[in-house]
Amino acid sequence: MTDMAWITGALTAARPQVLGALLRYFRVLDAAEDAFQEACLRALKTWPVKGPPRDPAAWLIFVGRNFALDEVRRRAKQTELPAEEELVIDHEDPQEELAERLDASHYRDDILRLLFVCCHPELPTSQQIAVALRIVSGLTVKEIARAFLVSESAMEQRITRAKARITAAEVPFDTPGAPERAERLAAVSTMIYLIFNEGYSASGGNAHVRVSLCEEAIRLNRLLLRLFPGESEIMGLLALLLLQHARATARLDPESNIVLLEDQDRGLWDRELIAEGLALVEKAIRHHRIGSYQVQAAIAAVHAQSATAADTDWAEIDRLYEILETLQPSPVVTLNRAVAVSKLRGPAEALKMIEPLAPKLSGYFYYYGLKGALLTQLGQTDDARANYNKAISLANTAAEAAHIRLHLDRLQKDSETG
Amino acid sequence: MLYSILCYESEALAAGRTKREDDAMIGRLRGVLQKLKAEGKLGPVARLMPTTTATHIRSGKESSAVFDGPFAETKEQLLGFYVIDCPTLEEAIAAARLLGRERSHGTLEIRPVATFNPLGTPAEGGLPAGHSEAGPSK
Repeated sequence: MTDMAWITGALTAARPQVLGALLRYFRVLDAAEDAFQEACLRALKTWPVKGPPRDPAAWLIFVGRNFALDEVRRRAKQTELPAEEELVIDHEDPQEELAERLDASHYRDDILRLLFVCCHPELPTSQQIAVALRIVSGLTVKEIARAFLVSESAMEQRITRAKARITAAEVPFDTPGAPERAERLAAVSTMIYLIFNEGYSASGGNAHVRVSLCEEAIRLNRLLLRLFPGESEIMGLLALLLLQHARATARLDPESNIVLLEDQDRGLWDRELIAEGLALVEKAIRHHRIGSYQVQAAIAAVHAQSATAADTDWAEIDRLYEILETLQPSPVVTLNRAVAVSKLRGPAEALKMIEPLAPKLSGYFYYYGLKGALLTQLGQTDDARANYNKAISLANTAAEAAHIRLHLDRLQKDSETG
Repeated sequence: MLYSILCYESEALAAGRTKREDDAMIGRLRGVLQKLKAEGKLGPVARLMPTTTATHIRSGKESSAVFDGPFAETKEQLLGFYVIDCPTLEEAIAAARLLGRERSHGTLEIRPVATFNPLGTPAEGGLPAGHSEAGPSK
């Protein structure tokens, strides 16, 4: 039953816990990674023969730690090592039991620390994501390079530089107190959110790679929530990601053109993900500790529960965005609220709302896209065209540009026929 | 006798499965379930949402407290269950073996289903339909 697919799955699943524990032992990321690598190699050799250990993570921690300690001894030229024995571990080894017990108490903070070192504030967000994907998720440099549309050597350099910075930054290894833990959780949540967005927002590049970034973000979020099951914002974030990801197949048509929410075939939405997302929103709200992820998830939940675009409860969405504006004031939030306002009180009202945002959002694709759409609804064709053109110049991907061009074509057709 | 077959597996591992792998497994299980159904043995089946959606309430005098699951130290979680109707444990084991062969990993626990009818069986008047006939004599 110990097939290779199961072993690689088990190694991937165990990675954050094992690497986190090894990082606590050795304090140096490179040493921890080497030890993990070695432990995995031994697992690949031993497990197919002896069967999988009862607790793969404990086995890997034990073997990785012994390997690294042997290395240290060898380098220190201390007493000679026992004969070239293969480190064979009996699966019922009492020492494994010990290692397991030792680690269970640190389990959560080890993983949280490992995630946290990847989002050091000095690192630009793109580096945080790359490092987290490399270290925590164990993606290869090649895979990450493909996701970011850069060459493998450029990505290699970026990750090496980021790791050097992390090492210099010295994250404390004591068990964190409640405030540090909360701070780490917030930073790690943001990083997971960024990984998801990297996969979700840009439709350029390899679509398959993009989807796997979203799935990886969800996997990390699930892990974090298993460790901190009572954190309502972590629940909210997972709900948000699941509800957004449920629409993945409906967001692009077969030619990879963007399909807007209101035009999507709702039959393509993943009902299983939606059901789980809704369950999590409900559970999070019971905590009465409101947070921006929960509100964003609640907004996504309104869309997920609307049978058709026309059924959307825009008043509820407007109300939720109003809450979000007070929790997390940002021009982008106001811009999104304007969409709800346009449905409730008409395009003129929405336009009035977004005009003051112009100085802050002058480089934002969606600002000009929405403004163009509102002006179109008001029949101000020339102004609409100017805004759509501006949007195209700011588009991040070919799909975004193509989507706006579609609106321009429609404008053109309407003005010819009208 | 009704037997439940409870499916335990490490949730971290199960979550790592791709959609394609999962669909393939469900496809294989479908064959077994169709067979059990044709034999008249199959009762309700359920797949449970991840334990992160779970809510716990402690039993006892002060049972008002609500906890969030899961418990990180648990290695394997209950991910779903089947109920089957078999005359003997031997047959229940045989059915579980068929299911187990199509799953990639984890443990199946076979547990007989006990009689549990705090509301009375339908025949005793638990349902409105039976009420007028079997109602207490005046």
